Amino acid sequence: MVDVTPDALAGPQGPKPRKTFSRRNIFLYGTLIMVALYYALPLYVMIITSMKGMPEIRLGNVFSPPVEITFAPWVKAWSEACTGLTCEGLSTGFWNSVRITIPSVIASIAIASVNGYALANWKFKGADAFFTILIFGAFIPYQVMLYPIVIMLREMGLYGSLSGLVIVHTIFGMPILTLLFRNYFTSLPEELFKAARVDGAGFWGIYFRIMLPMSVPIFTVAVILQVTGIWNDFLFGVVYTRPESYPMTVALNNIVNSTQGVKEYNVNMAATIITGLVPLTIYFVSGKLFVRGIAAGAVKG
Amino acid sequence: MNNSVEIKNLDLEFGAVKVLQNLNLEIGKGEFLVLLGSSGCGKSTLLNCIAGLLDVTAGQIHIKGNNVTWAEPSERGIGMVFQSYALYPQMTVEGNLSFGLKNAKLPKDEIAARIKRAAEILQIEPLLKRKPAALSGGQRQRVAIGRALVRDVDVFLFDEPLSNLDAKLRADLRVEIKRLHQNLQNTMIYVTHDQIEAMTLADRIAIMRGGKIMQLGSPDEIYGRPINKYVAGFIGSPSMNFLEGHLTGDTFEVGDVSIPMAGYDFANGGAANGAATLGIRPEHVVTGELVGNAPFQADVTVDLIEPMGSDTVVDCQFAGARFRLRMDGQARVTVGDTIRLGLDPSRASLFDKDTELRL
Amino acid sequence: MSSERPSQLFRNKSAKIAAIPMIVTALFVFVGGTAWTIVYSFTKSGLLPRLRWVGLDQYERLWSTNRWLVSIENLIIYGLCMLVLVFVIGFILAALIDQKIRFENTIRTVILYPYALSFVVTGLVWQWILNPEFGIESIIQAWGWDSFAFDPLYNADIAIFGVLIAGLWQGSGLVMVLMLAGLRGIDQEVWKAARVDGIPAWKTYIFIVIPMMRPVFITTLVLVVTGIVKIYDLIVAQTGGGPGISTEVPAKYVYDMMFQANNLGQGFAASTMMLLTVALVVIPWAILEFGGSKNRG
Repeated sequence: MVDVTPDALAGPQGPKPRKTFSRRNIFLYGTLIMVALYYALPLYVMIITSMKGMPEIRLGNVFSPPVEITFAPWVKAWSEACTGLTCEGLSTGFWNSVRITIPSVIASIAIASVNGYALANWKFKGADAFFTILIFGAFIPYQVMLYPIVIMLREMGLYGSLSGLVIVHTIFGMPILTLLFRNYFTSLPEELFKAARVDGAGFWGIYFRIMLPMSVPIFTVAVILQVTGIWNDFLFGVVYTRPESYPMTVALNNIVNSTQGVKEYNVNMAATIITGLVPLTIYFVSGKLFVRGIAAGAVKG
Repeated sequence: MNNSVEIKNLDLEFGAVKVLQNLNLEIGKGEFLVLLGSSGCGKSTLLNCIAGLLDVTAGQIHIKGNNVTWAEPSERGIGMVFQSYALYPQMTVEGNLSFGLKNAKLPKDEIAARIKRAAEILQIEPLLKRKPAALSGGQRQRVAIGRALVRDVDVFLFDEPLSNLDAKLRADLRVEIKRLHQNLQNTMIYVTHDQIEAMTLADRIAIMRGGKIMQLGSPDEIYGRPINKYVAGFIGSPSMNFLEGHLTGDTFEVGDVSIPMAGYDFANGGAANGAATLGIRPEHVVTGELVGNAPFQADVTVDLIEPMGSDTVVDCQFAGARFRLRMDGQARVTVGDTIRLGLDPSRASLFDKDTELRL
Repeated sequence: MSSERPSQLFRNKSAKIAAIPMIVTALFVFVGGTAWTIVYSFTKSGLLPRLRWVGLDQYERLWSTNRWLVSIENLIIYGLCMLVLVFVIGFILAALIDQKIRFENTIRTVILYPYALSFVVTGLVWQWILNPEFGIESIIQAWGWDSFAFDPLYNADIAIFGVLIAGLWQGSGLVMVLMLAGLRGIDQEVWKAARVDGIPAWKTYIFIVIPMMRPVFITTLVLVVTGIVKIYDLIVAQTGGGPGISTEVPAKYVYDMMFQANNLGQGFAASTMMLLTVALVVIPWAILEFGGSKNRG
């Protein structure tokens, strides 16, 4: 091999010279920064508005930062804001949402994961037919099934109760979650399942001792998906619960859009941001897993 | 200038990782050069640098005497064939062949003529109206070669073009690529990890490891006189036997066996003393009647037999190490037999134990 | 596994027991519930469902009700604009982010976070930003452009576009993520081949990459369309259907008929129409996607 000394190289060499501020980069980053600002703006507006006093709001505009930071609107939104009927703020709604979300998430994931496992590893005759119906069910507008479920819940004596709403969330979470778990369990090596069967493990033994320990990531994705979905629900909350058990989203809407009294924009924005806090926290903490959840929900089986 | 492609002092770094280091390579006009190495050795990276798909960190690339270090891939006078074929799936075969030419605003009749010629050479005329999804793997790769062919360039780059094909097709297409080279006499640079492809196709092979070229030479040289232990072990299947021992004068001692090295062509003129490794290819071990002529002979017991049809690979213990030799497929041996083998030092390779370089 | 063998009711017993919730949901809620609603849409149900057949009366009344017609018109305007814009914005953003940019994670996080918020939160925050007294309109007027008018939530003619802005803000991140996944799924060697062929990047996108992403586009289309048809919470929170009835949508019509106007029959008929709309999109997609699956390699 001939070794050429660097001086012997004439003309272009090394990396192609690129300007940091090329037109392409200015366009690219310029656009992205504008876009990012547009998306971030409402969050900024929510936060600053919730920290202003009403006089300041009446004088300024929605984008100007607060001169005097106050947390009074947050306190009021949490414990005193009026919905038109009562004046107990968002706190009741918050605790209702917690009491709805936790059992709904647990029930829907428990049922759907066992379901997905049965579909992936223990196929029985007709299983695929039911699964297909289930998946198509995910596309049926909820409005079509609203009233039949009202009747079913009434027959069971659960209409208007929190447990009724938990059942509804479990039902409507089933298609996507079952798909998620079925696809995940199908992707696990089948030999693992066969080996466990040869070793004499049964349906539940394999599920609890082999599948569950291997599925922590997918369970995390499912929890993220369900917590945000159920927390953000409005329609089921308003249809299947009574005012005293309204979830937070419904309480928020009633507070902000109640026609009585003077509009307190700062309290409204504080209430809005408090309601958004749970899903936002989950989103910012979970990051990639959240994306994986919505991608999994979107990608066909 | 007689060289088609010249690579001068090429460096490539991804962050702190040095992928290619001070690489120099000259490829003659019409030469078929194979870049061979295991995955991660930098062979595909080097090809991508030549194609202009990767920006180099330092050094130059010349193609046909032009410094193309900063040139766009399409301006370099190259055609490239990829492992995944990389055909445009929504276009017909004809569309795939013509898309680049149309984009370069070539006249219509010129495009048609080039497609006709490429289709004839590759025998894909009946496929021109089909879409890639309707083609077999071999046909797809032919179309991919055709896409390089219509560009009417002097240098063809192949990036593991046969790796996605099954064994039989791979052998067929290999022959076709060789024939293509014979007919067209283009410069071809071909990346592969398959030593058979390298040996059968190449005028010269460059064996790469860790971003460097270990040895550059004709298939004969690489096979017969590997420059170091790595190359020796990499080329050849079953791979070369290595005996760890000691070289004293003209004698290689391993355990209680002494092998006379008279007739061995020492790289640096004379024999050297010290710890060394003797490499013997399984196919260079003789058995049966031929043993009589061998300068060194020994008796071994057969441990394991792998019949492969045309020949049979026999495993045995020799000088305290596992030793494999290749016998004719007709030879009748059974496990437990004692056979006599013969070695010819002139066909063996000796390596320094520490530097692993050829002695 | 066992399906080849003669079926016995008690083979795979545990699996069947485990699947009972799925079977009950599929049969009783999805199939049964849907059928029930369709059947009762042909009855004269008022406060309570009653099987008094009136034929197509409910549908005739539905299609002669101004509010329903406005709802449909809004859905079409909102739907078409949403569809076009969400795809254009989502794809362009994905393509920009795919350029090996710095701070990719930060930018992606910022674009997607609205998707984590509920429609109620989205509606309320945009209601506030679009408030003509304090929001965008007042700011631009304060900058000196006195005649500037942008008050979609107070102007019936453009109110639906105020909702559209909020919907786009919330939903385009999802499309961006799906498109980005699609772009990342494209064989990098195709890009290399196009560069060797000298195809400019924009042409590579339009003639090679986008056609290759057809499955992603179709899946996204189905998701976006079903989402558009279901739109309800955003309207309730942001405009309450107003001003007047200018932002009414079918889902809200259904709810109001069923639970406020004590006119169940109208609600059933309207929801059946919604089902029909979704079916028009989902069924061709399902045939395309799963009907032809035998041909796929």
